Amino acid sequence: MTGDWNVMEKAALEELIKLYGLDKPLYEQYWNWLKRIVFLDFGRSFAPHGRPVIQMIRERLPITLALNIIEMLIIVAMAVPVGVMSATRQYSAFDKSTTVFVFVGFATPDFWLAVMLQILLGVHLGWLPISGLRLPVWEYLPFWQQQWDFASHLILPIAVATFGGLAGFSRYMRQSMLEVIRQDYVQSARAKGLPESVVIGKHALRNAMLPIITVLGLSLPGLIGGSVIVETIFAIPGMGQLMVQAVWERDYPVIMANLVIVASLTLVANLIADLSYSLIDPRIRVSRRGRR
Amino acid sequence: MKAFWRALSKNRLALIGGAVVLVLALMAVAAPILAPHDPHKPDVKRILDPPSARHWLGTDQIGRDVLSRMLYGARVSLAVGFVSVGIATAIGIALGAAAGYHGGAVDAGVMRLVDLMLVFPRFFLLLAVLAFLKPSIWTIMAVIGLTGWMGVARLVRAEFLALKEREFVVWSQSIGASALRIIWRHILPNAMAPVLVAMTLGIPAAILTESGLSFLGLGVRPPYATWGNILNEGKEVIELAWWLSVYPGLAILVTVLSYNLLGEGIRDALDPRLRQSIGRFGARGR
Repeated sequence: MTGDWNVMEKAALEELIKLYGLDKPLYEQYWNWLKRIVFLDFGRSFAPHGRPVIQMIRERLPITLALNIIEMLIIVAMAVPVGVMSATRQYSAFDKSTTVFVFVGFATPDFWLAVMLQILLGVHLGWLPISGLRLPVWEYLPFWQQQWDFASHLILPIAVATFGGLAGFSRYMRQSMLEVIRQDYVQSARAKGLPESVVIGKHALRNAMLPIITVLGLSLPGLIGGSVIVETIFAIPGMGQLMVQAVWERDYPVIMANLVIVASLTLVANLIADLSYSLIDPRIRVSRRGRR
Repeated sequence: MKAFWRALSKNRLALIGGAVVLVLALMAVAAPILAPHDPHKPDVKRILDPPSARHWLGTDQIGRDVLSRMLYGARVSLAVGFVSVGIATAIGIALGAAAGYHGGAVDAGVMRLVDLMLVFPRFFLLLAVLAFLKPSIWTIMAVIGLTGWMGVARLVRAEFLALKEREFVVWSQSIGASALRIIWRHILPNAMAPVLVAMTLGIPAAILTESGLSFLGLGVRPPYATWGNILNEGKEVIELAWWLSVYPGLAILVTVLSYNLLGEGIRDALDPRLRQSIGRFGARGR
């Protein structure tokens, strides 16, 4: 009995070893893997459904991407004015309260904030849904209610994801602005009799934005990494949630694919940051030495 | 050094932060004495008891005392913070020093490695590595350390680039001191200030990372209590027992806040110019 079982197992084992190419040397396995990911072939999931990994990612990537872009826009839209205001009114009550917010924002674990908001706004007050992207009955809702339902599902996750980043960026913006408004050209812009709004909003802001764009590019991996926590807590079917599930199930093809995709995203984001750098600062331009 | 202490003692927030850091460390060390109950002993008669005179911070699903578990959890969280930052700093110093001192191909190699590591969002990288390893406290420490050295390496490299042109280094080279000796005895002591600041700001980041992983259930495993996995267990019963979710989170918040205040205080006291090189983003885990 046991003998038969062993033979069966051995045959099946060999088949599996062959299937996954484990009989080949490591470098060859790696080379094969590289060759396949060029064509975005990440193999099939180890999960019972055995779907192609790329298909699973294709469903989830847009969600994570959209969330991160919205978060980024909100962070910039809020952090820039806050930073500028605390810099131009240094040591005012506003500046001091944002400083407190920055320190607390940095120290607050996002997963804890998420759970606290869920229980307070979602369960006790019942204002907002606490998980998923849509109500189960979404399809049967009228159009505007559908939009509101979708948006209301996004409020909490986005609030949590932007919280920490907001603290950091407003601080950076303040720092950068403080340095710029002490420069001579800002003084001379004032001396020319330009209104303060133009001096700050045009002359100073543009220069103060430069370091911010670098920071923005550098902090993107952090923001994307944060989606692991946010998506898991709020049950949002994105890359982060997929990653956690895959780690729980030791679904290696999915884990590796996730890592590759997320790293490529970071690269693209950094490239965009570099390019926008040259948009804001005419001194820095992508060199075109090849062209005459 | 005197100027440093004077500047630091004027910074009230940094002093408060330092005091809290010290008290937390003492509480963690003295956990067996301070803990009113056995952190692992269940008590079926007191399941999910709200905070009371007997259990100051209530009890959990199997009747264990939350305060005692948090005290023991502080030990794990702080230990993970210290050890992983130690690992990260050691790697960062070694690679950063080599890159900064030797320059050329070594520098290029190290900096490309740094770039490569920075391409991966840290949390994804951590999860991916953890999926291949056997989970334990040591794995967590090692993994957080191994994925967190890039900032230190960059800092040390920058310091070395500046310091190696200085006269005392050139003189040591001219009398034939070995590279290792110059790096270790002459340059490194002068480059330690920013490293110290990065370490102080790295510990809270590591604590946040560990608690985040434990919260997901992928960090330190039960029966060890950490603030993160008390929160993880607490979220299942949050509607019945808020104390399981509120207190550990507050503990993390206060700890991270204190370390950040202390770290920034040290940085400002050492050299206000460091503000630019060690940004606040150093203090955020992922």
